[in-house]
Amino acid sequence: MAIGVASFNLLQPVIGNYFCLIDENMWGIIRQNVGVTGGLSSQGLGNHMMRLRPVASAMRNYSSATKEMTVRDALNSALDEEMAADPNVFVMGEEVGEYQGAYKITKGLLDKYGPERVVDTPITEAGFAGIGVGAAYHGLRPVIEFMTFNFSMQAIDHVINSAAKSNYMSAGQINVPIVFRGPNGPAAGVGAQHSQCYGAWYGSVPGLKVLVPYSSEDARGLLKAAIRDPDPVVFLENELLYGESFPVSAESLDSSFCLPIGKAKIEREGKDITITAFSKMVGYALKAAEILEKDGINAEVINLRSIRPLDRATINASVRKTNRLVTVEEGFPQHGIGAEICASVVEDSFGYLDAPVERIAGADVPTPYAANLERMAFPQIEDIVRAAKRACYRSVPMSATA
Amino acid sequence: MFGSINHTSSVTNSLFSRQFLHPPLQDHAGIKPFFGGRRSHTATSFSNDVDQLPTEAPLQQELNFPGGKVKFMPKRIFTSGSNEERTNCYRVLNENGELIVDSDSLKISKELGVKMYKDMVTLQVMDTIFYEAQRQGRVSFYLTTIGEEAINIASAAALDNNDFVFPQYREPGVLLWRGFTLQEFANQLFGNKYDYGKGRQMPIHYGSKKHNYVTVSSTVATQIPQAVGAAYSMKMQKQDSCTITYFGDGGSSTGDFHAGLNFSAVMEVPVIFFCRNNGWAISTPISDQFRSDGIVVRGKAYGVPSIRVDGNDALAIYSAVYEARKMAIEKQTPVLIEALTYRAGHHSTSDDSTKYRPVDEIEWWRDDQNPVKWFKTWIENKGWWSDQAESEQRSSVRKQLSQAIQAAERVEKPPVADMFNDVYDVPPKNLNEQEVILRENIKKHAQEYPSNVAV
Repeated sequence: MAIGVASFNLLQPVIGNYFCLIDENMWGIIRQNVGVTGGLSSQGLGNHMMRLRPVASAMRNYSSATKEMTVRDALNSALDEEMAADPNVFVMGEEVGEYQGAYKITKGLLDKYGPERVVDTPITEAGFAGIGVGAAYHGLRPVIEFMTFNFSMQAIDHVINSAAKSNYMSAGQINVPIVFRGPNGPAAGVGAQHSQCYGAWYGSVPGLKVLVPYSSEDARGLLKAAIRDPDPVVFLENELLYGESFPVSAESLDSSFCLPIGKAKIEREGKDITITAFSKMVGYALKAAEILEKDGINAEVINLRSIRPLDRATINASVRKTNRLVTVEEGFPQHGIGAEICASVVEDSFGYLDAPVERIAGADVPTPYAANLERMAFPQIEDIVRAAKRACYRSVPMSATA
Repeated sequence: MFGSINHTSSVTNSLFSRQFLHPPLQDHAGIKPFFGGRRSHTATSFSNDVDQLPTEAPLQQELNFPGGKVKFMPKRIFTSGSNEERTNCYRVLNENGELIVDSDSLKISKELGVKMYKDMVTLQVMDTIFYEAQRQGRVSFYLTTIGEEAINIASAAALDNNDFVFPQYREPGVLLWRGFTLQEFANQLFGNKYDYGKGRQMPIHYGSKKHNYVTVSSTVATQIPQAVGAAYSMKMQKQDSCTITYFGDGGSSTGDFHAGLNFSAVMEVPVIFFCRNNGWAISTPISDQFRSDGIVVRGKAYGVPSIRVDGNDALAIYSAVYEARKMAIEKQTPVLIEALTYRAGHHSTSDDSTKYRPVDEIEWWRDDQNPVKWFKTWIENKGWWSDQAESEQRSSVRKQLSQAIQAAERVEKPPVADMFNDVYDVPPKNLNEQEVILRENIKKHAQEYPSNVAV
């Protein structure tokens, strides 16, 4: 992907001076110029990651147990390292400082970097988003936290009209190296105004990059890439994933670790059906794949990692291999991510489809609060299994039962 | 025990409230309770209790509240919402172009004064001619600064070229002051290949990195928090400069205004908020926009030092902005300046303001309160200007403008490639593909595409 490579070229001056943070949560690795030299493409690094995975830290002198890390710690360590490496990076948002972050993602940063680089704000998303953009216009690299992306609606004019479009409208005179991050989509029992997924909204805007990490490695690699990127990035996290632990490779713990923006990851290879998902739904899709395996359906699960740019090449290549597609998302069905993926596949790989594309999305209602209703409003593992079977022309019961 | 009317439940509290009903009593010991009207509501046991109270502890005169001590007052006084006494307006030149006696103003050199005047004239002539060009159909849109020439030029003159400018849209004079040429203005209006904006924006959306003038963006007042953020960046980088942002009376109603001013005071950043209160937001008069005493009073609400200045007095504006900049940088504080003026022209070429305001009002402000004319009188009195210089300046500018317009009109438009770049730092694959498809299409169906666009 052109973007991934370009981002790395820009990283050269930064990488040369890199050293990893020593933090009690992390391994101490002091290294310079890790793995990314000259024009080595980020794809190369990505593949390198995947090959290394099963061979846990064979080249290290550390413990041989695979290291695990929560998504929260992954994000915190990524922020910490980027702030240490570049004094222009600063964090701004409600409760990010003294409170250590509404979800503790920015824990410890205020003590370490001081109130000028970890800025607690009054309650005005429009205000601090606009201020962040202004600071970015003048050369700082803000990381703006929205307590949830539902609140970003207060600031969406600044995200889109002040950040996304500025490079184009100023004809390259103003670029906006800003990151807007925070939890996106439903949590558990937080009701309609706190549960919407904004992937489709931001994913439709040219000038933005929209990332959707799933695992801790995704979180670290994509957040670091986002902070180093010269364009505005919307970084959609998930509250329920913060506490989840994932194994992390030694490579991913290095302070210069970055994942390419715009490249999806094949989490599980398969040959019968392609399931695309992002964020929390990747976990559900993987579990659905295990269930399907027992029924003789070998599913390939794609972790999108990036909504804009969308990795159409990987998705289409997979569908050409499997001939069937199920898209999964938590957001509202109309004009969603699945609609875009379906269109892309129909445009590029129509002849390869053996069945209509199945879209799984959240129900077309404002999210209800009652736990039983909420469960019915979002995709569950059984929904993914049923859709996959439908795409494989297996008989299935009609629809979800409470 | 106590009557239901008595709002306090404990004896000490009732003593406390008694403080409120009477002027502070000198001697707290052995006070005979005298409640006046309240007496009828209290039970007899109440006064018995009071006699037994300790009398040494002094009663609270003020509340130690976060942010500072607040004095109590026993009188129920509401501060008035109306504007009986309006904030005074700083002016140093009277309408005869004479310096007012005992005025605080800065001495300016002949060179500075003459440049200021020349630029005000250039701005005036530029506006007239470009407006006419729009009326002739050569340019699609234009918006004039008639009546606000002093605000534009004098404020720019008081700043340094390193100060970042975040304009609304009625401040091309600031860019003019900093050296943007008439040809560069014309190129943007015609959206030709020399336009720094690569033809992507409507006319008057100028921007120039080399002049530290952030590209005009149509969204109203979004530049206000942006200016605060950029000022924060200057503070972090310890630069000896400030940011200035301009907006109108209408822009002051937005949420961004509130957030920007509030934040700037909390973050203590070097930003100048310059409000051009010109009486009108398209067709909305200020009486429909707010009921406060203009915008200057809001500064105090946010903890921002403020001043109201005569927007048609170039010297007052220069002096106020000069001092504001000094304050902003030396003390790292925001400053609010409200300039009272009048939008003598229509909102834009899409507007006919005679439809919603009286013609004689427009004429009075445009002719009698003309800032260019006032400043001219002053520099003429100082012997720095003459009628001959005036006609030379005006005809020279007119000539340059018509040459610039003709040249800009003839220049090619930006090439097709400029449609696809700058969306991101590096063009992504999908845009590259679309560009290839478009070029193939243009080759195949050349007659359907405009001939003055380079492929």
